[in-house]
Amino acid sequence: MTETPAIRRERDEPSAAVPAAATAVAGGELGGGAAASLWRDAWGDLWRRPIFWLAMAIMLVMSLMAAFPGLFTSREANDRCDVQFAKRPPASWNPFSGADHPFGTDVHGCDYWAQVVHGTRAPIVIGFAVTALSLLIAVTLGSLSGHYGGWLDALISRITDVFFGLPLLLGALVVLTAFPAHGIGAVVLALGLFWWTSMTRLMRGQVIAVRDADYVQAARMLGAGDVRIMVRHILPNAIAPVFVFATLNVGVVIGSESTLDFLGVGLQYPSVSWGLQLREAQNIFVDYPYLLAYPAIFLTATVLSFLLLGDAVRDALDPRLR
Amino acid sequence: MWRYAVRRVLQMVPVLLGTTLFIYVLVFALPGDPIRALAGEKPLPDSVYQALRDHYHLDDPLLVQYGRYVFGVLFRGDFGETFNGQSVGQLIADSWTVTAQLAATAWLFELVVGMSLGVWAGLSAARRGGRGGGTRRGGFADAAVLGGTTVAIAIPSFVLAYSAQLVFGLKLGWFPTAGTDAGWPMSYLLPGMVVAAAELGYVARLTRTSLVENMRADYVRTAVSKGLPRHRVVVRHTLRNSLIPVVTYLGTQIGYFMAGSIIVEGIFNLPGIGHEIWLALQIKEGPTIVGIVTFLVLVYLFANLVVDLLYGVLDPRIRYD
Repeated sequence: MTETPAIRRERDEPSAAVPAAATAVAGGELGGGAAASLWRDAWGDLWRRPIFWLAMAIMLVMSLMAAFPGLFTSREANDRCDVQFAKRPPASWNPFSGADHPFGTDVHGCDYWAQVVHGTRAPIVIGFAVTALSLLIAVTLGSLSGHYGGWLDALISRITDVFFGLPLLLGALVVLTAFPAHGIGAVVLALGLFWWTSMTRLMRGQVIAVRDADYVQAARMLGAGDVRIMVRHILPNAIAPVFVFATLNVGVVIGSESTLDFLGVGLQYPSVSWGLQLREAQNIFVDYPYLLAYPAIFLTATVLSFLLLGDAVRDALDPRLR
Repeated sequence: MWRYAVRRVLQMVPVLLGTTLFIYVLVFALPGDPIRALAGEKPLPDSVYQALRDHYHLDDPLLVQYGRYVFGVLFRGDFGETFNGQSVGQLIADSWTVTAQLAATAWLFELVVGMSLGVWAGLSAARRGGRGGGTRRGGFADAAVLGGTTVAIAIPSFVLAYSAQLVFGLKLGWFPTAGTDAGWPMSYLLPGMVVAAAELGYVARLTRTSLVENMRADYVRTAVSKGLPRHRVVVRHTLRNSLIPVVTYLGTQIGYFMAGSIIVEGIFNLPGIGHEIWLALQIKEGPTIVGIVTFLVLVYLFANLVVDLLYGVLDPRIRYD
């Protein structure tokens, strides 16, 4: 964990690590001036990378599918299914050939293209909801822990250790088995319960790094209370690396959500998600490989876009690369 | 160093207690009555039912049950018993060798393939990056390794497992598709590769970055300027120092392998720990779930401790207070 003292940089000094660099950026937003050019530099670096645009394009398409599935298919989820036409492979491997069912039909005889499109919403919504929930927990606990120290810090750190010791998938699996509900809310809670730990440690380290800075002491001498200091002075200068970490790991959450669906403890029919489609395909994929392939391609592309974006952003923010 | 080790072990105690209590409370909250479920269609006579509940202490308050459990684990090495009367400790003892063999295969695979890929990419990047003086990417090898391993991380492990089973097991017939009949290593190669695939990318990246950074270190420049041949500079000077973070990273992976085996053991039908906990979750067998999770958390904590101590052995600059 980074516990280096006072990171606020007035000048555009080369810094050793991404978190420090990102902190400088957050500081720059308040102070203006030279530090803000780090974001501009990063952006200048980013927009020249084809990988960055590829990742953004995939994310845009997936977000559109999640928000407005009607743009991509005229069918609703589980709409006009006919078991008579179940498991019809696509007429052509080219999905743009204009055939009736470009991805074939699934085990219930539903149009597979429509099902895969409608399967986008659940993973994307859960991915961002878990991230938001974890971020909220991490920022609250990390700020309290780093700011007050002492027994509160010890208590929060030990609780973090407990949840850190349980792997995300194993923990969520046990929680969801114990839970009677298996809707989107239950899956979000189960994943969120084990996802906040790394972020909390990161946030705590960041808060410790800035809490003794001159401007914090100045604010305290001017009579600002704990809450005001935390919210107005420490938070804006500490949150950037945590936020970057959270955003870039949405893909990991989406992958875990699909695994839970696949194992049968996540969302249940009649929900539609890529994980559930892969679950249905698992016993018949030898004869009907397309049932496994299409949702797998969509899922992999989504997770990949977050990984690629993460790589590009890390490289762009790392001053050693300039 | 010993004082440090003892302090770390003492710090593990509250974590272990907290984790087991958490899992215990969750399992206690599992819906349904396990004794009724066990009896199936035929209703049990009340006396038998009550005797079974008494035998498993199901009517005691939660904290009393938990206290009795922790006492048993700590002082008698007793992890409780399953609803078939089998000891959970015995269950773990029977199944952990399978998981250990799977983890060892995956670990070896990561070590050999991941490090080789990383060295290949790193040398390629270092050759190109010389002019900019940075770790900027360069070379075909570098791009291929980074791209390939990133895709491998993105593919969900169960899709990878089924694809590998289909292509290498069924179509090509190179490996057995399921079970442990062929023994080690044959039965474990394919599942081992699937477990390793997701982590391969991180090992390759770590090796690459570490290598590229060390290529610019003063002692490497010294070695070059005193006229040592290139391979000697790379192997004797750069590589040795670059592998320290990689080895420690691989150490922390052992805990991950033990836990990450649920899916792969299920698909390849390997009777390991992941398989047992999956079966226990299906029939809501509390003692088995708590026992295996406790065991996994123990393995995880000890693996981390060993890595931290190993770090000091490998790098003499690190001292423990």
